Amino acid sequence: MIIGVVTESNAGETRVAATPATVVQLTTLGYEVVVQSGAGRAASFSDEAYAEAGATVGDPLAADIVFGVNAPSTEQLDGLRPGATVISILSPGLKPELVEDLGRRPITALAMDAVPRISRAQSLDVLSSMANIAGYRAVVEAAHAFGRFFTGQVTAAGKVPPAKVLVVGAGVAGLAAIGAAGSMGAIVRATDPRPEVADQVKSLGGDYLSVEAADVEVSATGYAKEMSDDYNTRAEALYREQAKDVDIIITTALIPGRPAPRLITADMVASMKSGSVIVDMAASNGGNVEGTVPGEAIVTDNGVTIVGYTDLAGRLAAQSSQLYGTNLVNLMKLMTPGKDGELVLDWDDVVQRAITVVRNGEVSWPPPAVQVSAAPAAAAPVAASPVKQPPPPSRRWTLIGIGALALFVLVAAAPEALRVHLTVFALAIVIGYYVIGNVHHALHTPLMSVTNAISGIIVVGALLQIGHGDTVITALSFVAILLASINVFGGFAVTRRMLSMFSRS
Amino acid sequence: MTIESIAQSAYLVAALLFILALASLSKHESAKAGNTLGIAGMAIALVATIALAIDRKVEPMGLGLLAVAMVIGALIGLQRARRVEMTGMPELIALLHSFVGLAAVLVGWNGYLLVEGGGSSEEALALAAQGTLGIHHAEVFIGVFIGAVTFTGSIVAYLKLSGRASSSPLMLPGKNFLNVGALVVFAALTVWFVVSPSLWLLIAVTVIALLLGIHLVASIGGGDMPVVVSMLNSYSGWAAAASGFLLENDLLIVTGALVGSSGAYLSYIMCRAMNRSFISVIAGGFGIEAGPAEDRDYGEHREVTAEQVADMLTSAESVIITPGYGMAVAQAQYGVAELTRKLRDQGITVRFGIHPVAGRLPGHMNVLLAEAKVPYDIVLEMDEINDDFSDTSVVLVIGANDTVNPAAMDDPNSPIAGMPVLRVWESQNVIVFKRSMASGYAGVQNPLFFRDNSAMLFGDAKDRVEDILRAL
Repeated sequence: MIIGVVTESNAGETRVAATPATVVQLTTLGYEVVVQSGAGRAASFSDEAYAEAGATVGDPLAADIVFGVNAPSTEQLDGLRPGATVISILSPGLKPELVEDLGRRPITALAMDAVPRISRAQSLDVLSSMANIAGYRAVVEAAHAFGRFFTGQVTAAGKVPPAKVLVVGAGVAGLAAIGAAGSMGAIVRATDPRPEVADQVKSLGGDYLSVEAADVEVSATGYAKEMSDDYNTRAEALYREQAKDVDIIITTALIPGRPAPRLITADMVASMKSGSVIVDMAASNGGNVEGTVPGEAIVTDNGVTIVGYTDLAGRLAAQSSQLYGTNLVNLMKLMTPGKDGELVLDWDDVVQRAITVVRNGEVSWPPPAVQVSAAPAAAAPVAASPVKQPPPPSRRWTLIGIGALALFVLVAAAPEALRVHLTVFALAIVIGYYVIGNVHHALHTPLMSVTNAISGIIVVGALLQIGHGDTVITALSFVAILLASINVFGGFAVTRRMLSMFSRS
Repeated sequence: MTIESIAQSAYLVAALLFILALASLSKHESAKAGNTLGIAGMAIALVATIALAIDRKVEPMGLGLLAVAMVIGALIGLQRARRVEMTGMPELIALLHSFVGLAAVLVGWNGYLLVEGGGSSEEALALAAQGTLGIHHAEVFIGVFIGAVTFTGSIVAYLKLSGRASSSPLMLPGKNFLNVGALVVFAALTVWFVVSPSLWLLIAVTVIALLLGIHLVASIGGGDMPVVVSMLNSYSGWAAAASGFLLENDLLIVTGALVGSSGAYLSYIMCRAMNRSFISVIAGGFGIEAGPAEDRDYGEHREVTAEQVADMLTSAESVIITPGYGMAVAQAQYGVAELTRKLRDQGITVRFGIHPVAGRLPGHMNVLLAEAKVPYDIVLEMDEINDDFSDTSVVLVIGANDTVNPAAMDDPNSPIAGMPVLRVWESQNVIVFKRSMASGYAGVQNPLFFRDNSAMLFGDAKDRVEDILRAL
């Protein structure tokens, strides 16, 4: 089959759906690739580079499969041959009229932005790969507009404090921003309604600011959802307080299929220091910040720059083309089981089902929900096996109480001699527990053989029983001494042999 | 100062030396000194006891027999210790447990014959005067019971570990009922024996305990053997402690308690490493709770050749090897050690990740690797190494299966869900040495084999490792 790569029709789109590197990979899957002339120019890939990688420069719309970054324009759709498959970012949830239009044509349309968030599909998740780039670029834009260093320095010309960055929303974009800002030396803080991301924030060197609210969220879809009023009030207080303190705010809060939540109000912006920068990564969906102008960077009256660029990923055109192209290659790997250049749409595969918007002229959007959990995997088994949870403290205390009482009764009822022995016994168990608890795991086998040897101390009993007239007793003692001696000598000898094997490098 | 009081103080010194011996085992550096301290303690205790026996007018004939028994025992013990293969350590340890158990039974029987059976012997009169005759009855009974369970349990464990008996669990109908029933009968007989001691009651309890020991261990599967062996270690300690109560000997009580809690602690570690409760191990294998593993399509696995693995290893920066019982079975540890040396000579970081339940004995893998001359400071425990897999180029999984199963973390419905595992799949490449695609001890399919970054190297682990060595 032939794959066509179109030149993007959207003005200002710099990305391209295939790079010379991905063309090579597509060819190994058995496809022929046709690239529209000039398709990669904005991303610094020349027609010659594509040709060198094995693609032909020609008319992509005549191909069986058409790759694009954005949804194809009406003219492009009109040019498609019947039975063609269109693969691009379609935003089917936000553009019902596009879905309707696609459904009227005898084609198949796959939306790369509808990949479900399950581990298997991570390699095709274009939202993640683009968000990663955008998050990085947001920090670069912020640094560009910010009139100071990010990192703190002590120079001959005076001390420079480090910049403080607040990242709102620790999704893929947020985490990328935390990493980028942190590596530039800034102090990074992050908020997110999902408490499970706290560890990820910390692993990138950020501080996780938690919003103390009752309804912490465990996401079932891997994406954030809208929060309750209580949460929002508390979050607002947190933002208000942080706005006064930080130099840079990067907001990334997006809820799929809905307008972006308004998190930073105009008065919070007004409370920020002059020269501060806000990057609103949700600008294209209405913005998290009051006053954002999509596609533009504006300066407020109090000197705060609000960056509302909607093409952050596109500003790293070569990089985002490469990652998007790789996402497409991974999708092709999934859909070309024979590696023979024949595209097969497997309706039973949740990933392929989820991204299919139109199949042979039939609208199949929205797909059935795919349940995934973004909570750390370790948490799930705990919930699944309640037996493993530690008993509540009250039960533990009851058990300790019963044990102590039983011991008390036993010892109190015992005659003098036994009481002394019980004391020795109880203390020896405690000592044993603590001594053994310190033993290095690698020495557990020598430990067992030493305990074998010393439990041969039972020989002491038999030694005192042997040879007092009774033949039966003497015979039994003889056997006991023999066996226990095997333990004593064998145990110590084998331990010595084992320990001599352990050597340092 | 009498011989009696000198012996008592010698016992105290011996007990302290035993504690020090165990404490010294906490570190590699002091472990050898620890063993020596243990030997010193034992020597002091034995000399003091023999002196005491002579003081108590032991017959010359008895003294001779004593010497003969000790010499024979010492010769057998030393010879076994010299000859044993490190792969055979679990069997030897199980066998030694059984000796302690049998010795405890014999000492208990002697206690009966001396006091209860001897009619109005000196000892019986002395105890009656103290009012502790009834306690003596109970001590005899309990000591014999624990000793006998330890004895047959260890013998069955020995047979299973040495391959002389099938390692699959024995499934008698109502087996939990049998176990609990034996305990109830034991309790009832104890009361009876305390009220009116008689020989047939002692014989009955010995037989019941012997049968219980057999049944208890026979119904536990091969993969749970680390727990069983440490459990029997614990029992052998309690048996010694029970004899101590019987003989009113504090050294025996202290030593028995030390060994008993040592075994209990090891059992606890093993159970935690399998995310199972002690009771569920005793109650039987994995299969019962989980049912057969469901038929799920995990996709296709990928095979590699030894030459490809050799290429991957030479271009790797860091390598982690996670061995399991399969490595011991295939005797591959020498080849693995040689491989480790070669890679380290090339400047590649090689480390080992040991799961607590790898092998058939706590710490078994460490001993095997030490025997093959792998330095112990590159052999790390699961918790020490688990975070490093993500920075690792190649992981070699040799003869391990359940301990590297991602289903334990990902799949809450898996029978091994929640078991801590080595997260090998986080590395760039995983090579699994395996004889076939069969599942591991838990009977659970391992999704690791079907991951994109894993590849299978089929065949005998020893042969495959040697193939890699040749290709290097």
